[in-house]
Amino acid sequence: MSDPNPIPPNPASIPQPAAAARNTARAQGRTARLVLIALGVLFILVMLVLPLITVCVYALKQGWDVFSNAITDPYAIKALQLTLLATAAAVICNTVFGLFASWTISKFHFRGKQFLTTLIDIPFAISPVIAGLVFILVFGRIGWAYDFLQAHDLKVVFAVPGVILATIFVTFPFVARELIPLMQAQGSDEEEAAALMGAGWWTIYRKITLPHIKWGLLYGIILCTARALGEFGAVSVVSGHLRGKTNTLPLHIEILFSEFQLTAAFAVSSILVAAAIIILILRNIVEFKGRKEEHEHVR
Amino acid sequence: MGSLKPARKKNRVIPGFGLSMGVTLSMLSLIVMIPLLSIFVVLSDVGPADLWKAISDPQAVAAYKISLLCALAAALVNAVFGTILAWIIVRYRFPGRRILDGLIELPFALPTAVAGIALTTLYADSGWIGRLFAGIGVKIAYTPVGITIALIFIGIPFVVRSIQPVLEKLDGQYEEAATMLGAGLLRTFRRVVFPEIRPALLTGFGLAFARGLGEYGSVIFIAGNIPYKTQIVPLVIMSKLEQFNYGAATSIALVMIVFSFLTLFAINFIQSRLNHAAKGAEN
Amino acid sequence: MYVELRQVDKAFKGYKALDDVSFSIEKGKLVGLLGPSGSGKTTILRTLAGLVHPDSGDIYIDGQRVNDVPASKRGIGFVFQNYALFRYMTVFDNIAFGLTVEKKDKAFIRERVNQLVDLVGLQGLQSRYPHQLSGGQKQRVAFARALAPNPHLLLLDEPFAAIDAKIRKELRLWLRETISSLGITSIFVTHDQDEAVEVADEIIIVNRGRIEQKGNPADIYKEPSTPFAAQFIGESSVLAHYRTLKGFESYEGYDNAVIRPELIQIAKLGKQPYAHASEEGTVEDVFFRGSLIEVHVNVQGMRLIGYRSPEEAALAPGEPVSVLIYRLYLYNEDKVRLAENARLKDENTVFI
Repeated sequence: MSDPNPIPPNPASIPQPAAAARNTARAQGRTARLVLIALGVLFILVMLVLPLITVCVYALKQGWDVFSNAITDPYAIKALQLTLLATAAAVICNTVFGLFASWTISKFHFRGKQFLTTLIDIPFAISPVIAGLVFILVFGRIGWAYDFLQAHDLKVVFAVPGVILATIFVTFPFVARELIPLMQAQGSDEEEAAALMGAGWWTIYRKITLPHIKWGLLYGIILCTARALGEFGAVSVVSGHLRGKTNTLPLHIEILFSEFQLTAAFAVSSILVAAAIIILILRNIVEFKGRKEEHEHVR
Repeated sequence: MGSLKPARKKNRVIPGFGLSMGVTLSMLSLIVMIPLLSIFVVLSDVGPADLWKAISDPQAVAAYKISLLCALAAALVNAVFGTILAWIIVRYRFPGRRILDGLIELPFALPTAVAGIALTTLYADSGWIGRLFAGIGVKIAYTPVGITIALIFIGIPFVVRSIQPVLEKLDGQYEEAATMLGAGLLRTFRRVVFPEIRPALLTGFGLAFARGLGEYGSVIFIAGNIPYKTQIVPLVIMSKLEQFNYGAATSIALVMIVFSFLTLFAINFIQSRLNHAAKGAEN
Repeated sequence: MYVELRQVDKAFKGYKALDDVSFSIEKGKLVGLLGPSGSGKTTILRTLAGLVHPDSGDIYIDGQRVNDVPASKRGIGFVFQNYALFRYMTVFDNIAFGLTVEKKDKAFIRERVNQLVDLVGLQGLQSRYPHQLSGGQKQRVAFARALAPNPHLLLLDEPFAAIDAKIRKELRLWLRETISSLGITSIFVTHDQDEAVEVADEIIIVNRGRIEQKGNPADIYKEPSTPFAAQFIGESSVLAHYRTLKGFESYEGYDNAVIRPELIQIAKLGKQPYAHASEEGTVEDVFFRGSLIEVHVNVQGMRLIGYRSPEEAALAPGEPVSVLIYRLYLYNEDKVRLAENARLKDENTVFI
């Protein structure tokens, strides 16, 4: 880390004009430092902190009873359950995918690797609304899988499976994206050495690869959880907003807000704000631990 | 050990390639590729005339303009403040720096709908900030300015997190050397620091812009969905869906996808050019 | 022959890494694959191990063709350049890994690992992690790990590259002694000729994916069979035109010559017993190298490098000296020969 106030060199050794310029520069430096920190802090306060405060203040505006009624409302609890279900599904599915995809991409050579990496990133590149739309185009009334679903009395769109699928889609690359650079940086020497000694893929994965990536994996899971908990656009398209059935917590908040039940909307939001803050703290801890361990083991 | 069998499979030293690739491709196809390709299945039924009609619909065209302009404005603001934030977090030591660093990620962690209603309440005419501007006759919520503010919120981490690692690696001695030579502060930044962070800044800008184009949750509340004024492209798609006009919704979705990919391509292209130039300069 | 490569070819994306490589190695030998970086020596090693698959040609180990035998079934121990120690396993677990994979019984594994720990002199470090070891210790662990499953062929990729220059010499000696006491056939790759000469029983010189020469270090030194070997081995410098030098006027059919410091004698003017066979030159530079003094002399515009003993009278830059060239290695594109100073020969016939 650079020291903002380096030890000044012996003034006599510096030609006079440069020394003068340097002094002005240092004075300028101090002012600039103050101005920049003020600007940065102000930006964060207005843009990020103020909205958080708004949520908390409005949530409790009409007192504790209104707040607790709003969050214990049966519809709110149902919505929370669905959100948790969809999040769990997304985390499990995308962790499995992330583990396999990152292993494939970083430990083997094959044609079209770059292309595959790009494909994995697609859900990041497109709007969540489109992510929802594609499932309507597959499973909805005009979808090519609609007849099959009808024949077997299955429902995907405007039902729980749709909500889950949309959540998985939107968070699909999260774990893989965390793991790929990590595994690439690690190289495949250790795996090769183990393979030379006759170890199978499961032994190699469990004993050699996994210990390297555990913090990165946790990090990816945390990011994936955060995004899945809050997913709105994609779910909004496929859910059909059936209260108590296909409403997730963010959709429930939307309904309350549009019905002008501001306090209730913010009360329910505060649950998600609390989750977000916990996630941020966990994220920082995991990042710190991961960096520390990397420092220790990789010299 | 039959030597007649094609030896392809044996060429990999680490075992498990077939299984691993198989799982990866199956999951990718089932969850991402097949649903995404359905867009083209549906569009092939729509036909070129209806496709063009949906795409060039005046309401949609107005929405493209609003989405592009607001995303661009937000990405520009984020480029400036993102650079400042990355700079003060990496280069300066002040109380609360670590908390500031941790907060940058908030827009990633906070559900977009929550951000959306909080921003709307803040910037509405009766809100804490909206009230100040309403006093001088400026409306923020339900105008493109409001949309831009929501997109600034959602885009700021992209820029900061792109630049931060580059600044961390950039040795402070360069700046000190430039200052020692008598270069002013702005000059030092422009000539020494900026060229180093330019590729990262561009990436962050592009990511924030792309995210802004597609963003839905945090924008819809503050936008207010007024056609020709504050209706962004995702809202047009949503309203077409509500009218069960799947063909039109899919056509407009195609335009959005093309925009997103063009943005990402442009970033990659410019970046590889910059990398090339940087390498050339080194040699 | 214990290990044999026959006409092995390998190309990576159109670049020929191995070009018709054939050689064979006797059982129990310690062989050095020596060549500049990019010469293909590591590819040869990886081909033997089964980490790289040749486009054509055959590989034999212990009389069996192993082209289609997977790497893990070839009975090879491999020491990677950066050791590739398992970073999240202790020294004990690292060494035991191969045996665990073979599902050997626990007591056996403990005994075998302890035996290897004794062999490589790492007693007391069994429960350390790789990042807690020095470079030399890491190499010993990698060595023990490779030996644990009792391989019949040991391959080492640049075994000393990641080690401090100071302890490198000591480790070389240790490795040579340990390997010869075990009697295991071993092949190591290096770009350092001192290392190859010091450690190997036999050297194979590799260049541009081809084998240039194979033989014991002394023979290669004395009789390089290709221009590359002549230039690569020793402190060689190339002479642009040798035919103007006294004693070498009559050699025909070669374009260039290589000379080494030990083939030159530099003497003060008038102190040269074979003056008629010597050239006059001017001292350009004098470097003190500890046990000897390196002198750069300009002869007919060419720079020759020679050694003198610190016991001899000192030379100063600018001083005219007499330079006697005993021998040169003459070469053109594909052949090389040793050329004696003809005037010295005449002298001999006259005197003897």
